[in-house]
Amino acid sequence: MAGKTAHRDLYALTMIRPDLLLHPTPKGLYCPPGDFYIDPVRGAVDRAVVTHGHADHARAGHGAVLATPETLAIMEARYGEEFTTSRQPIEYGETIEINGVTVWMSPAGHVLGSAQVVVEWKGLRMVCTGDYKRRRDPTCRQFEPVPGTHVFISEATFGLPVFRHPDTDGEIRKLLDSVAMFPERTHLVGVYALGKAQRVIKLLREAGYHETLYIHGALEKLCQLYEDHGVALGPLETATLETSERGAHERFRGKIVLGPPSSFHDKWGRRFPDPLPCFASGWMSVRQRAKQSGVELPLIISDHADWDELTDTVREVDPKELWITHGREDALVRWAELKGRKARPLRLVGYEDKSAD
Amino acid sequence: MQAFSDLLERLILTASRNTKIELMVNYFRQTPNPARGWTLAVLTGELDIPGVKGGSIRRLIEDRVDPELFRMSYDYVGDLAETVSLMWPGTRGANRIPPIDDVIEALLGATRAEGERLVAGWLDMLEPPQRWALIKMVTGGLRIGVSARLAKVALAEMGGVEPAEIEEIWHGLAPPYESLFDWLDGNAEKPSPDIEAPFRPVMLAHPLVTKDKRDDPDAVDPAMIDPDIFAAEWKYDGIRVQAVSERGVRRMYTRTGDDISHTFPDVLAAMDFEAAIDGELLIRAPNGEVAPFNELQQRLNRKTVTKKQMEARPAMIRAYDILVEGDEDLRALPFSERRKRLEAFVEKSSSDRIDISPLVPVTNLEALEAARNEPPAPEIEGLMLKRWDSLYEAGRPTGPWYKWKRDPFLIDAVMMYAQRGHGRRSSFYSDFTFGVWRDGDDGDEITPVGKAYFGFTDEELKQLDKFVRENTIDRFGPVRSVKANKDKGLVLEVAFEGLQRSPRHKSGLAMRFPRINRIRWDKPSAEADRLETLEKMLPADPLLDKG
Repeated sequence: MAGKTAHRDLYALTMIRPDLLLHPTPKGLYCPPGDFYIDPVRGAVDRAVVTHGHADHARAGHGAVLATPETLAIMEARYGEEFTTSRQPIEYGETIEINGVTVWMSPAGHVLGSAQVVVEWKGLRMVCTGDYKRRRDPTCRQFEPVPGTHVFISEATFGLPVFRHPDTDGEIRKLLDSVAMFPERTHLVGVYALGKAQRVIKLLREAGYHETLYIHGALEKLCQLYEDHGVALGPLETATLETSERGAHERFRGKIVLGPPSSFHDKWGRRFPDPLPCFASGWMSVRQRAKQSGVELPLIISDHADWDELTDTVREVDPKELWITHGREDALVRWAELKGRKARPLRLVGYEDKSAD
Repeated sequence: MQAFSDLLERLILTASRNTKIELMVNYFRQTPNPARGWTLAVLTGELDIPGVKGGSIRRLIEDRVDPELFRMSYDYVGDLAETVSLMWPGTRGANRIPPIDDVIEALLGATRAEGERLVAGWLDMLEPPQRWALIKMVTGGLRIGVSARLAKVALAEMGGVEPAEIEEIWHGLAPPYESLFDWLDGNAEKPSPDIEAPFRPVMLAHPLVTKDKRDDPDAVDPAMIDPDIFAAEWKYDGIRVQAVSERGVRRMYTRTGDDISHTFPDVLAAMDFEAAIDGELLIRAPNGEVAPFNELQQRLNRKTVTKKQMEARPAMIRAYDILVEGDEDLRALPFSERRKRLEAFVEKSSSDRIDISPLVPVTNLEALEAARNEPPAPEIEGLMLKRWDSLYEAGRPTGPWYKWKRDPFLIDAVMMYAQRGHGRRSSFYSDFTFGVWRDGDDGDEITPVGKAYFGFTDEELKQLDKFVRENTIDRFGPVRSVKANKDKGLVLEVAFEGLQRSPRHKSGLAMRFPRINRIRWDKPSAEADRLETLEKMLPADPLLDKG
């Protein structure tokens, strides 16, 4: 507690306006003294600090990229070796100086390699969460709150009090119960290729499901990458048909197939007999949304913090100022006002509302 | 509540009728009495919990959360029950989930204030899916795509009996239906409720369809019909009803046994007889003729009906058959006898709300065919053929009765939008909006006139899907807009049963039962039909004849 108080006092004494250290620009969140962008969203920049490997945060073509080794490996798997001219790997907790600005990474619990970026300058400590979640994920490091944060820049993808994700194990159980109830149908589980796919696979294994899981080609590389980083995923097979023989697709009956949500609406999705469309996403907590997208079995499994996690985290980190970015900013700002906290929506554009299929 | 909310959630998200039945059968098999009976009451809309309504739920939530945050959330979600169930500030990891029978029995015995307090207490305990189910249950209006009829079909499947058997006894039963489930489980005799004015299972007909157009395996070719042994009458476009008045109790049922008496007090008041009549419920237009089906639609599915509605759209019954007269059950008599009894019955009735369906003279098959295609009024769908010696049997026996619909209207339209289907069709663009040409501000333009999602084979669906994917010009969520102009566009021959004026539609028209009859790959889009062609097919509007 003593340390925290000291930081707070220092904040009052520094007289540094947080805007001078980080502020939103059309290209993304920019740090003038360090001359770098965090997760630049538009166009190439000379120097980027990247929180995690999802495409809307990690783009190809920047001059230098500072990120965790796992995130760099993910970017290479997605964009090829030439995704940047200079890779700067940084382990969690390791600090580096960029033009007098200290930068370090704290785990964000979102996907493999995901990090909160901590930026310190003249006694001012700002933390940009990138995307994060608080609940257990057997495929990546757990979120670690950074004590003494003056300005906390939080994501708000699920920043409405209607988003309260249920217990994840229960959702996995729902899927396995459905497989038992409809053994003649193919359960097609829509998952994002990075993170969600591997997490769902790992959770199925933990729940005692050890049969072969069939995956869409788009998931292959990233599943392999997770395996290489020590996340054992069990028997996986690509859901292709080796033979053009009639009835070859019959082998998918009663099985679980994972693919990007859009793939099931594509011609690829037709090979599966009697499909039962499922979707593992935080958006699935809104039933109407599930119904509109034709999902029969919604699985509320999210890699983002839900409303309770967002608000609990702000309470825990207890920053002097809360900045809110990509997502439903207004509700979280309203909440902060009601709690007597200083809050500001950044209105950065360019991060995807992943709700679209 | 857990199993009940799981069931509701699966039902709302499932498009397939068979899967819905399977889900209900599983639930009824696995759930004990009386919980399953209360669930059945919810599904069939037989449960009315007085006191707690949508307004109560809204008050409860506004006492608990910031109104501004509630507004933002409601805006996003768009459904009150869902918003409240998700944002209710409950305790995580509920200590106890009350069973549905406890919940309903407590609510039925509660005053309004007690009811609200009970509901609030449960909302504290439950998780969002069960909260949603609870709110839907107490406020009514499930909208989960399950009709009372479908629930009864599931019951029949569960017990290995015919749905008609359940319909026959349904009105003598009350929630939680323990005697019904005991019978379906094979542990008790079929309940024989002693009720006044019961429903008698309805007799239905098989279609007659010319050989080359047959896709219904049960359809019979008209050439098989021997005109000497059949009576013919018109098939009206209303709804088939059974009007029963016995020992002072009057009821009107649909052909599936739903009691719709409360919606048609005007007809009930006119049922001053002791009999059970089978007939068509119709609306009489000001000129005395039968009004289009659309007019009847305005009076269906209402809990209450106003005097004004009854005056503007007076309902009547056109009698087809008589099942019971006084204490005498006539169902075992041949149609020829029943018809005589019906004629005498209608003759002596003083009511202007009941008349008789006239017979169509039968000389030979050709004359019948001609009559079928040129009925005297547009509100006639075709002919009914009934063997003179047919008894009145439950269900759809093969042989005694046939319906012979007139040929559908046909029009050549251009495909405008396509939407992905559900379930087995979720990877196919299978729901098509089509339009016809009309004069626009800048020359000819296409205006949408309808939507169809069947009538084609699986092979044709693949071709249609391919066309959509290759000719997409825009996307909105699951909908694609396809090329549709004078040079490029796919012509669909659309068949439909009738046409209505509809101010809600852009074209001012609404089709009944449209489907894709043929894909006109050969026809240039510029040669598709025009709106004027459709307008000529409109029936004269009898409601406009008032003055």
